[in-house]
Amino acid sequence: MRTGNIMLDILHYDFMRNALFAGLLVSIACGIVGSLVVVNRLSSLSGGIAHAAYGGLGLAAFFRWPLLAGAMLFSLVASWIMGYVTVEKKERSDTTIGVVWAVGMAFGILMIDLTKGYYVDLMSYLFGSILAVPVQSIIFMAVLDVIILGAITLLYKELVALSYDEEFAQISGVPVRVLYYLILVLIAFCVVVLIRVVGLILVIALFTIPASIAELFTRKLSRIMIIASGLGMVFTISGLFLSFYFNLTSGATIILVAGFSYFLALVIKGMQKKRRPNVSSTSPRPLASPLVLRPLQGRPTERGV
Amino acid sequence: MPNNISSSHPAIEILNASFSYGDELVLTDVSLTVNEGDFVGIIGPNGGGKTTLLRLALGVIKPSSGTVRLLGGPPEKTRIRAGYIPQETSSNKWFPISVLDVALMGLLSRRPMFRRYSGTDKQKASRILDELKLSHLKNRSIGDLSGGQRQKVLLARALVSEPSILFLDEPTASIDTLGQDEIYEYLLRINKAGTTVVLVTHNVGAVSTYIRSVACVNRELFYHPDGVLDEKSIAATFGCPVDIIAHGHPHRVYHAHGEHHA
Repeated sequence: MRTGNIMLDILHYDFMRNALFAGLLVSIACGIVGSLVVVNRLSSLSGGIAHAAYGGLGLAAFFRWPLLAGAMLFSLVASWIMGYVTVEKKERSDTTIGVVWAVGMAFGILMIDLTKGYYVDLMSYLFGSILAVPVQSIIFMAVLDVIILGAITLLYKELVALSYDEEFAQISGVPVRVLYYLILVLIAFCVVVLIRVVGLILVIALFTIPASIAELFTRKLSRIMIIASGLGMVFTISGLFLSFYFNLTSGATIILVAGFSYFLALVIKGMQKKRRPNVSSTSPRPLASPLVLRPLQGRPTERGV
Repeated sequence: MPNNISSSHPAIEILNASFSYGDELVLTDVSLTVNEGDFVGIIGPNGGGKTTLLRLALGVIKPSSGTVRLLGGPPEKTRIRAGYIPQETSSNKWFPISVLDVALMGLLSRRPMFRRYSGTDKQKASRILDELKLSHLKNRSIGDLSGGQRQKVLLARALVSEPSILFLDEPTASIDTLGQDEIYEYLLRINKAGTTVVLVTHNVGAVSTYIRSVACVNRELFYHPDGVLDEKSIAATFGCPVDIIAHGHPHRVYHAHGEHHA
């Protein structure tokens, strides 16, 4: 009965209702796009996009633009730069991601130095402030969800082919470059939305942890996307409740719930394996896998034999 | 595999094609005609341009000069009737996908964008897996298979669209000899049924038993329509001593260069 009361207590607050909505909506977007990030090894690239977005926030603060517009602009530009580099100059991609990552962040900080009175607000973009999500952001998230769901429904088989075997996809007439850039643009959109919820420092975690857990238990991309979205909802909502009652930073609490669950999932998976040693199971891939996109085939700098 | 052998044009027609990556010339003035129903081996050293030649034939890259025609037309248009097994490194081994879904991917070019695979597509994919004795693995994840099994799944993917011509790029690179023979025997069977087969390999030995003609590629191309390789052409292609172990004659070893050379 007590939990019931707690739920009701919380829902009395407008900001809590908004936060719950935001958590649900963002989980769908992240579950789908995060799955693409995980299976294509794009987490460091996503981190680069997130930190570059901070430069956009700083710029927007300085010129008194809407903050999210600045973040969107910078993350789109960053994703295009990194997309170009990962496609055309693969050997430089790791360095470029690092440079864009750091320079974006540094630029943001300097712009904020030059802007008086914005400091507190911008801190909330570092660690997220799901409790302060305005209604427009929620509408924005809903629109984003519709776009992502539409794209994934229409292009599912092409995205699977691209992620599994790019060269084959290309021969089969899939516009692989266009789709690759589309994935990057979707990442950029999600990053901007996520910044509100968990903050840019923690974006990668909410992108990758739900999808990585899902990947342990199923081997079909569509199912990974669904499970990851569900897990994201569980993590954001339970993190939200915990942070509310223990007066903790919401973004960090959400991530810790997710991280703990990932650890738990690995343990469960390990126990399953021990119990059924004959069943060749889906071997869990270590999180510390190569973070950069696997080489795009068929571009001029690379050559087969 | 159904085929239209009756048509008059060759399966592949490459005329004086050159290709370079930046400043690096990979293929120089290459000409090659492959007739329908042929079984061609493309051999040559690593970095010699074998894969580049395949990509030219499939229209993935365009020659800087010269012309390429596949199945009587420009490759971008006609490659829908070609099957292709890229080098193993091209696929994402960790990707979560079932064997059946990989086979289905072979019908990608037949299904327009924004459409899903149909029930008939799934039946076709199941049938070809059946034929290659992979049915029991249908729902397994591709990452859980052995190298030989995985390569057979990729063969199924290439064959599900019933191609007139099949390109294979080092299909047996990571398989033991037994698995290799199994794949080569299957290729021989579909070739006899009318499918043109183009096989890139640096396994010169395996080639001699199965192929009908050989193209040696090392920047230039030397074509041997009768499939007979002699010392001179091997030496010219590889530019270094190569031993060929010929099948048929147990362990007969050719020395591409004279012993005095060593």
